[in-house]
Amino acid sequence: MTPNGWFQLALYLGVLLLLARPLGVYMAAVYEGVPSRWRRPGEVVERWMYRLCGVDPAEQMTWTRYAYGVLMFSVVSFLAVYLIQRCQALLPLNPQQLAAVTADSSFNTAISFMTNTNWQGYGGEVTMSYLSQMLALTVQNFVSAAVGMAVLVALIRGFRQTGTTGLGNFWVDLTRGTLYILLPLSFILALVLVSQGVVQTFSAYQTVPLMEAATTADGKTITEQTLPLGPAASQIAIKQLGTNGGGFYNVNSAHPFENPTPLSNFLQVLSILLIAAGLCHTFGVMVKDSRQGWALLAAMLVVFVPLTVGCALLEQQGTPQLAALGADLTASNLHPGGNMEGKETRFGIANSALWATATTAASNGSVNAMHDSFTPLGGLIPMWLMQLGEVIFGGAGSGLYGMVMFAIVTVFIAGLMVGRTPEYLGKKIEAYEMKMASIAILAPCAMVLVGTAIALMCTGGKATIFNPAVHGFSEVLYAVSSASNNNGSAVAGLGANTPFYNTLLGVAMLIGRFLTMLPVLAIAGSLSQKKHVPASAGTLPTHTPLFVVLVVAIVIIVGALNFFPALALGPIVEHLQMRA
Amino acid sequence: MLKNNTKAVTAEETRPDQAQQQIAIATDGWGTHIRAAIVSTIALVAILCGAYPLIVWGISQAIFPHNANGSLVYSADGKTVIGSELLSQAFAGEQYFHPRPSAAGSGHDPSSSGGTNLGPTSDKLLNGIADDPATADTDESYAGIKHLSEAYRKTNGLAVDAIVPADAVTRSASGVDPHISPANAKLQAARVGRSRGLSEADVLLIVEANTDRASFGFLGEPGVNVFMLNLALDRVKQ
Repeated sequence: MTPNGWFQLALYLGVLLLLARPLGVYMAAVYEGVPSRWRRPGEVVERWMYRLCGVDPAEQMTWTRYAYGVLMFSVVSFLAVYLIQRCQALLPLNPQQLAAVTADSSFNTAISFMTNTNWQGYGGEVTMSYLSQMLALTVQNFVSAAVGMAVLVALIRGFRQTGTTGLGNFWVDLTRGTLYILLPLSFILALVLVSQGVVQTFSAYQTVPLMEAATTADGKTITEQTLPLGPAASQIAIKQLGTNGGGFYNVNSAHPFENPTPLSNFLQVLSILLIAAGLCHTFGVMVKDSRQGWALLAAMLVVFVPLTVGCALLEQQGTPQLAALGADLTASNLHPGGNMEGKETRFGIANSALWATATTAASNGSVNAMHDSFTPLGGLIPMWLMQLGEVIFGGAGSGLYGMVMFAIVTVFIAGLMVGRTPEYLGKKIEAYEMKMASIAILAPCAMVLVGTAIALMCTGGKATIFNPAVHGFSEVLYAVSSASNNNGSAVAGLGANTPFYNTLLGVAMLIGRFLTMLPVLAIAGSLSQKKHVPASAGTLPTHTPLFVVLVVAIVIIVGALNFFPALALGPIVEHLQMRA
Repeated sequence: MLKNNTKAVTAEETRPDQAQQQIAIATDGWGTHIRAAIVSTIALVAILCGAYPLIVWGISQAIFPHNANGSLVYSADGKTVIGSELLSQAFAGEQYFHPRPSAAGSGHDPSSSGGTNLGPTSDKLLNGIADDPATADTDESYAGIKHLSEAYRKTNGLAVDAIVPADAVTRSASGVDPHISPANAKLQAARVGRSRGLSEADVLLIVEANTDRASFGFLGEPGVNVFMLNLALDRVKQ
């Protein structure tokens, strides 16, 4: 890579860390309900909403009641998205007159957006009307992220308070996260993106004559080009910030109308990790010990940075096959070189690799390059980042609560080593917490492995693997990993818009979302009733480099032990074949 | 306004039994959740799907009408739309610069965007597929990177073993990548100049004018906008 490529990676991390702290402090203030002049107009809307909903904002909820709120809200979201897609032909704002989406595809898409996965089995331009995109999908982009953040805040309250069963009010946390965090950030980002050329219009697709008529491979002459338009910018802003990733167009942020310039690319990839990084500081502020937030953020960076650098180097190196065919793979100021298959010129190698690791470290899943065409090991990195359970930054809220589960396991294991009852943030970690944390960590892992096995044993699963042999296996593994960990990125070489995959991946997404979220809330409920144990000489401090190393080790050991055999069958074999 | 809910329960200030008294913890009335879920969904739809995109739309149409509508390019008389600054079109003629190979639809179709999604060791990607002579009415052939690089060398009069820029022989992610690398453009300049009766130096000047540099000098990679470049060349001739 060129020195400029390295500089861009460093700049990215610098800006991310610089913005994370103030945003984290602000988010803590929002969830604590600290009054602010800036939010006064929003408070009017807030009060009005509580009145309509029949919610008493002062009410405190037990963990079961909080969880019931989450589930009820998710069910309503699912039904709304499902029904809108099924009826889109009858509804307005459908200038392309697209037909109703099929039942299995609607089922999959409704779960996908409700669970903050945004796996897209369909192609945006040819399936979804403007209304479906706006009404069904945009709203889920906001609220699925806000739900994740709300659950995180409930968990933090569980650590912080003693002798109560109240974890806050789900409806209040949901509303505030949406109105004061996601909405203002999206609004600013959307406008900047439009200034770069991301479209925001309600006009129908525009057909233009080609400058030079083209002849296709099968001899047909094409004289026109159809420009897909639509209200894209407003959706793209929240798809990045809310770690959703569901694009407006088929190729997501590789499409020039969705991500036209290097600046729009930088802001979009920054938005992927911004809230997740900020929430680490929110965590520190809310537990009244900033170092705790820094420690978790540091653990995430320790995993993220080397993997990003590795991915960039592997993609720049390209493949011996490309070199043999005479492609120049060395980067220079005049061309990007490297494995440019499925990558855009304006982003080159550095920005494509950075996006690939950021989008899979966070459970975003948007892409600006085609992961399917990455080199075997370059593509292994994004896949493994998802399989780590989406805890390296992870989804909005869900990433950090996943990481806290790993922190709980870490103090438990460290406690076993020295023979003391483990504590985290002054709360005793006992059998109940360990059971719940294990479920939260292992349920998505099990779904990945079992789901992949099912797909490979069924004709329905094997029918739509377009790349043969080892790469085909990698594609299935990638798809199920993506769904089970609520990431949503895809290697599109797998034809996933079939009843089989729509159903399998739909179930995987449900398990990945709720079998982590519910144990997390259960832990919050259990911890909130426990007394604070003052730190003693035997307490493992959880803000030190030693603790960071331990957490990282646990995350990697769990990820490696679970998935190394599967990865060995896919990308690793493919790498060896490529080099042979 | 809602300060009393969590503030009161920090460990230092309150003993557990007092905290219990201060805060009413509701465990009944599960049904209220159903109403809250439905009503809040509707209210949030109004804000997030109604107000939010409409306000973004209104402001962007007012401040950035060109960018918000697809960065459209108009014909010389300003009457008809002939393309977008941001999207490539298929060019195959001698007198035009050629964009990167495309896998979007039947080629450079922005409404059916896509890459090949073929793995790096795929035989189809590397060596392509030949037409099956048994089926005369359908064409199964697919150009692999091998064919693309052979064609690129032939078109531009390069030696048969010449090294070519990677972007010239690989299909982009979107299939409508508007750019080619400056190195790629440089290799095509002589051919375009010859067919238009322009000197290579003149063509390179126009290439230079249509090169998008890295933003702020460091973000992204430089690229030559093929559609804008070809348009500029056509307009020079007129």
